[in-house]
Amino acid sequence: MLEVKNLNVSIGGRKILNDFNLTVQDGEVAAIMGPNGTGKSTLSYVIAGRKDYTVESGEVFLNGVNLLELEPDVRAAKGLFLAFQYPLEIPGVATMTFLKAALNAQRKQRGEEELSTPDFMKRVKESADKLGIKSDMLKRALNVGFSGGEKKRMDILQMALLQPSFGILDETDSGLDIDALRVVADGVNSLRSEKRGFLVITHYQRLLDYIVPDTVHVMAQGQIVRTGGKELALELEKSGYREYVTEQAVA
Amino acid sequence: MAAVQETVDRVKAIDVSEYKYGFFSDIESDKAPKGLNEDIVRFISAKKNEPAWLTEWRLEAYRRWLTMREPNWARVDFPRVNYQDLYYYSAPKTAAGPKSLDEVDPELLKVYAKLGIPLQEQEVLAGVVNPERKIAVDAVFDSVSVVTTFKEELSKAGVIFCPISEAVHTHPELVKKYLGSVVPTTDNYYATLNSAVFSDGSFVYIPPGVHCPMELSTYFRINEQNTGQFERTLIIADKGSYVSYLEGCTAPKRDENQLHAAVVELITHDDAEIKYSTVQNWYPGDSEGKGGIYNFVTKRGDCRGANSKISWTQVETGSAITWKYPSCILRGDNSRGEFYSIAISNGRQQVDSGTKMIHLGKNTTSRVISKGISAGKSQNTYRGQISAHRKATGARNFTNCDSLLIGNACGAHTVPYIESKNPSTQFEHEATTSKISEDQLFYCMQRGLSAEEATALIVNGFVRDVLQQLPMEFAVEAQKLIAISLEGSVG
Repeated sequence: MLEVKNLNVSIGGRKILNDFNLTVQDGEVAAIMGPNGTGKSTLSYVIAGRKDYTVESGEVFLNGVNLLELEPDVRAAKGLFLAFQYPLEIPGVATMTFLKAALNAQRKQRGEEELSTPDFMKRVKESADKLGIKSDMLKRALNVGFSGGEKKRMDILQMALLQPSFGILDETDSGLDIDALRVVADGVNSLRSEKRGFLVITHYQRLLDYIVPDTVHVMAQGQIVRTGGKELALELEKSGYREYVTEQAVA
Repeated sequence: MAAVQETVDRVKAIDVSEYKYGFFSDIESDKAPKGLNEDIVRFISAKKNEPAWLTEWRLEAYRRWLTMREPNWARVDFPRVNYQDLYYYSAPKTAAGPKSLDEVDPELLKVYAKLGIPLQEQEVLAGVVNPERKIAVDAVFDSVSVVTTFKEELSKAGVIFCPISEAVHTHPELVKKYLGSVVPTTDNYYATLNSAVFSDGSFVYIPPGVHCPMELSTYFRINEQNTGQFERTLIIADKGSYVSYLEGCTAPKRDENQLHAAVVELITHDDAEIKYSTVQNWYPGDSEGKGGIYNFVTKRGDCRGANSKISWTQVETGSAITWKYPSCILRGDNSRGEFYSIAISNGRQQVDSGTKMIHLGKNTTSRVISKGISAGKSQNTYRGQISAHRKATGARNFTNCDSLLIGNACGAHTVPYIESKNPSTQFEHEATTSKISEDQLFYCMQRGLSAEEATALIVNGFVRDVLQQLPMEFAVEAQKLIAISLEGSVG
């Protein structure tokens, strides 16, 4: 379970998250929608532990553990995964090497045995097949020269391999054509389980046709301003975000 | 790759800014008096029972040196060295030169065991170490070579691998013919000083048509205080022969600076090839810049014969000051020179390193791949010269020079000199400078890697092209070394 309580965050003196509250239960898929510049990506970065932000007050708990005191790698080992809007390129580091280093670093952090190479290869291959990732791509340097769709699939592959207890998808649909979107959504759906919660951040309703959420939150000016079921996404698609922006501006 | 994991483990296992090889061994030594004059030069020559021609050669170099000045064009800054305040000769006290390992002072063997250098042939022969990849080792302790392994097996193949002080007596014709033929006694301040006072080093001769049956390697260790180390290496690959040679270096941690001024000369005849690799890990000084080795080294290869090839690969992580430009003179037609370099600087280290490719013969080719990594408050300069003589028709060079910065307080500089006197030459130069971005680090950490693991991984990716050039065992060593030398550079 992810709980964000009264979170206030600023960057360079500018307030971004404004007494933000959110709870996502085990097994729940929550979507956050909202216009540009409302702090959606900031929320995901702060939960994952990026350093550029100043957390003024508030708490973030993952399965009862307060994340805000922990380094990003420790948060990852506690089961938090963030799929990036723009996955980074790591030149010269073979994808396979990266995957193994990441998985074993997490296992070590948790005091588990390292995975043997055959077990590891088997796991990677299974997940890669599902996502249509060919084995020659795993030999190439991580994300270097990959298309937008390939990068997103690679991020989902990492999530499948690392088996987090909570996944945040930050604008995972950006830059994807409809076929790639379907593959990525299938990958995410196959990871849905009673234990695993997701927070799906997106501008568009389109992604939510494929990853159907249990809850939809509308975010504006650093707060959740409305919460509803999956039908809320359809409503937003028609009416846009204008009313929420004005509401805030008036207030 | 398991090696990455090892890198990671290794990083975890060590304390911050801990130089692993910084121990000092209490071994009784035989020293020349402090300072330098003609008598000291004669003393060194006499200690080695050298023939008169060599004593004279040294004295000539010494007289020349008196008229020279230290070079000041490199981008390094350090207090002047007081050459009269150094010992120019130090040798572990033993009765005579050891004939086999049994005669070597056990204290000395302990030092090498501590350094992880396999001197015990029997271990290798018994298959403890991978028997498919035998490595013959020449170990140089302060000023003298203490032991050379696998001599017999090598001599069956006709290969000569011994301390240069021994070669002077056993193969005087070869030494006389080649010594100083690539780096003349008049070459530069440090090389000339070396010519006057060089103590020992390795001598290698590969006869025509012989593919040397194993890797040859030399480990250098500076132990004594206030001692300059001036080793001299001479490698000759006769027609159609091949040898791969590796040198490694360490020194104890000391507060004062130590001078290391070596000379390496390589000669390849027609169709011969020398592959020379260096893993240099001299003590770099502490994080405030106190102590450390001044590494002023002249390394040059002469592709004397047609179709010959010389390849330099270096992984430089140590030394307070590095002044080093392993070069190739491409004299023979169709000859080829290569330079692959990883130079890492951290703390207050200053590196000015690069290469020279001098194209003299027709259709000569060269390739330069340089990866500089700067962290801490260090300065890292690549200085390279590519030149073509007017007769070097069809000469080609490709240079790629990448710099990676870690943090905000370090510097990376690239100073290429390119000159061609022949219109048919093709010289290409590519250079990039990049920084490990916060985004990259955060991405790796989000996947579970610690800041240091992430940095090591990114850096290993950056230097991959060069690591691939190293003999396999050393590539793994080098990878670990990279992680260790970047310890404490993040956060």
